[in-house]
Amino acid sequence: MTALLQVKNLQVRVEEQEILHGLTLTVNAGEVHAIMGPNGSGKSTLSHVIAGKPGYEVTGGEILFKGEDLLDMAPDVRSAKGVFLAFQYPVEIPGVTTMTFLRTALNAQRKARGEAEYLVPDFLRKVREVAGSLNIPMDMLKRGVNVGFSGGEKKRNEVLQMALFQPSLCILDEMDSGLDIDALRVAADGVNALRSPERAMVVITHYQRLLNYIVPDHVHVMSKGRVVKSGGKELALELEATGYAQYEDVAA
Amino acid sequence: MNVALAKTDTGTALGEAFALARPRLPGGGKVANTRQQAFEAYERIGLPNRRIEDWKYTDLRVLMRDVLPLAPAPDAAALSRAADALKLHAIDGVRKLVLVDGVFAPKLSDLGKLDAGLTIRTLRDVLEADDAALHAKLFALDAANPMIALNSAMMTDGVVIAVADGTRLAQPVHVIHIASGGLPAAMFTRSMFSLGKEAAATLVESYICADDAENYQVHDSMVIHIGDGARLDHVRLTEDSREAFNISSSAITVGHKAHFNTFGMNTGTIVSRYQAVIGIVGEHSQVETNGVNLLNGRQHADTTLVMNHVAPNCSSREVFRAVLDDRGHSVFQGRINVHQPAQKTDAKMMTRALLLSDEAEADNKPELEIFADDVQCGHGATTGALDDSLLFYLRARGMTEKQAQALLIQAFVGEAIESIVNDDLRELAISAAERWLAARA
Repeated sequence: MTALLQVKNLQVRVEEQEILHGLTLTVNAGEVHAIMGPNGSGKSTLSHVIAGKPGYEVTGGEILFKGEDLLDMAPDVRSAKGVFLAFQYPVEIPGVTTMTFLRTALNAQRKARGEAEYLVPDFLRKVREVAGSLNIPMDMLKRGVNVGFSGGEKKRNEVLQMALFQPSLCILDEMDSGLDIDALRVAADGVNALRSPERAMVVITHYQRLLNYIVPDHVHVMSKGRVVKSGGKELALELEATGYAQYEDVAA
Repeated sequence: MNVALAKTDTGTALGEAFALARPRLPGGGKVANTRQQAFEAYERIGLPNRRIEDWKYTDLRVLMRDVLPLAPAPDAAALSRAADALKLHAIDGVRKLVLVDGVFAPKLSDLGKLDAGLTIRTLRDVLEADDAALHAKLFALDAANPMIALNSAMMTDGVVIAVADGTRLAQPVHVIHIASGGLPAAMFTRSMFSLGKEAAATLVESYICADDAENYQVHDSMVIHIGDGARLDHVRLTEDSREAFNISSSAITVGHKAHFNTFGMNTGTIVSRYQAVIGIVGEHSQVETNGVNLLNGRQHADTTLVMNHVAPNCSSREVFRAVLDDRGHSVFQGRINVHQPAQKTDAKMMTRALLLSDEAEADNKPELEIFADDVQCGHGATTGALDDSLLFYLRARGMTEKQAQALLIQAFVGEAIESIVNDDLRELAISAAERWLAARA
């Protein structure tokens, strides 16, 4: 069986500086992987490169998604094929209601896959159903995208999109940043509800705390642009006790 | 002697065109004399060029080169093409008044069941009638402006609308200018809208054309009076052909405790200029103007607004936006004059330009002239590109580059369209913006 995501010896530069120095990672459908590491280890760079954010230069290696070359695809093509990045800092878009944004995005993905676009009533029914399960009031969806949303609301809006778009690979970039424990629990519950044998998740985090709520199958430690250690969920707890310092030595 | 020197070949040709057109121009006696004087005033300057400060960014000698001959009155075929064009732009719930090639078209207009207090006459009828007081109002536009002078000389028709004191019109009045296609020609129109005391109305002006209309020139003008305690909501949508010229002028006077809300959007034409002078002559009045230019290719659009605060305790707001792609060129000249008695004036002006290409150009010229000492006046301008982080977010959610851009442009324009109070008219403006975006994709 082809792995859902294969990152092979990936080397990435940003403005002449190499951030990832040969990163390798394999994620199969149904698995939840956590990527941990200190600030500046390249965790967010990895998530951005997988999603196709401009400004990163891939100088070596490859990323395969369901066996296809992901780096060759525009960000919207990746999205239509099932790659979803939940942003660490979701942007605010004044003047575009969340509802219009969701419908335009979902229909763009469906069109790209050759599926029929949702008509407004069908779409509304679907959003109501998904928003209800995440305790998101419909009023919130009539506001500008993320405009005036609290940190928790912004992250719930990311989870809402995940639930609506049903991607096969979800990358959660520092989902816990800026959230108090209650908001974190709500967002994590939404993510856990989406765990399925067809879907994989890559949870990027600095702290072990998030992994109490989203329990991973595999944990990888990144340092200085490489995966320096991989293991099971117990590795996260071990890190909590010992810190990242030992791995920084390994990478050096 | 100087007159002769200033004359270009164009000037000479236009002199002949004026002579030829005269038998078709309504109004004898005093009106004919006024026309002659106006034509001479135009001839002294000719098409305005960049050496005239007010026309610095819109040099008509370069952009327009010549004034086309007067369009013939529409025949049955022209009216039928106009009727087809109307289908796309007509909305329910409004009273349509249609001008085809500069001539009022009663068959395409809604003249039945006039509300009590509403009178509608054609400019032709008014100029032919013996009504010196009304003629004086119609000729009250600034005669020193050459394009207004030309319009005064050549105007063939238009609508003269009056809303009596205390009348609140339920239906918006929609004046639609249609170019029917045919040979390249110019149309000259003037209209007037008088709103009595404590009256309320909505006026919409649209400029559209038949499918095959290409090169033509619209020369329009509008006189608006807003009586004491009255409110006028005004929407202006220019969707002329991409080869057309539209030179329009208006003079608006706002009375005591009156309210004027105006929105203008330009998505058509190759070259356009809208010049408006708003005089706030009564106390405690309020004016809001919102404008949008959506331009691409080599489109050039100039909006020149003069806000005259004559009376104290009034407020004015001007927000002007431009979305510019390719070599689009948007000009906004905003002048606020605060006269000495106009204490406690609160006047603000803001321009925002969104540049989608490196070759697009936005020129802003704010001018404030303040003779009162207790006022709040300000202006500001921003220019920028679409935010890359917003674009990436939308693309990461599946939207193509064009779709993501379109959504952000709609949001930018939408903030201005929000100022239109009437739901149907807001939709009309949104669909005009969508047509521009669709043509871009």
